[in-house]
Amino acid sequence: MLLIHCPYCEEERPEPEFRHAGEAHIARAENITELSDEEFERHFFIRSNPKGIAFERWRHMHGCARFFNAARDTLSDKFLVTYKIGTPKPDLSGEIRRK
Amino acid sequence: MVEIAHRTSPLEGRGFEGDGISLSVAKPASRLSLRAPEGSLPALSEALGLELPQRPKSTSTKGNRAALWLGPDEWLVIDEDGADLMAICGKIPDLHSAVDTSHRNVAIEVSGARSADVLSAGCPQDLSLARFPVGASSRTVFGKVEIILWRRDEQTFHVECWRSFSAYGFDLLEAAAREAE
Repeated sequence: MLLIHCPYCEEERPEPEFRHAGEAHIARAENITELSDEEFERHFFIRSNPKGIAFERWRHMHGCARFFNAARDTLSDKFLVTYKIGTPKPDLSGEIRRK
Repeated sequence: MVEIAHRTSPLEGRGFEGDGISLSVAKPASRLSLRAPEGSLPALSEALGLELPQRPKSTSTKGNRAALWLGPDEWLVIDEDGADLMAICGKIPDLHSAVDTSHRNVAIEVSGARSADVLSAGCPQDLSLARFPVGASSRTVFGKVEIILWRRDEQTFHVECWRSFSAYGFDLLEAAAREAE
């Protein structure tokens, strides 16, 4: 079982308390009515799904119930870092280069 | 003539006594699901007569009333004397949301030397005293249901679960209590 660090509970908690909640840092268009169908499709459906380090939203569903962001390696399923919603993407260039 | 509905517990008559473990159904209590921003906390704390805790996994108690930290702006307030918590919060003009959940939850008291072991049959959290000390509380899972776990003393846990899940929760606790004997 994975232990995931919840930035709101400030400790590692067991995986069954968490839910995956899609890709993180997706900017919602401010002028959504002006988007073309193709642009809307890209915004709404198309996700990066990388092999390696992915930035994801997770929710501590059965804990504090808060959404937070996480950088997870999709190859090893290792969580590199978790951080609160609203904080900028951490710099993981060192980790990515190492791959 | 006013007819008053008779309150029945889904765990009526349930209980278990084993070697180092005792399961019992807690008495009905008033419960409040409270959400509030930081600015409203002093007024709410004063009205409720206890400090709403702000540290993760912490609780505060005063007499038979307790406030359990559930999230950064969320608490479960339990009053075992059945006080009208909604009326207390209703007098506070500061921004908050209070929902009476007294009848939604059922509580099970798990006590005895083996209480942490029995709970560990379904709860994935580390329940050692170092990681889950006396007074700690947390929303978590037990088997397939969500519970709120509160360690009232070294060997006593208070388990809050939703009414319709409580039969499952009690069955699993009882099975774990029997198995480990």
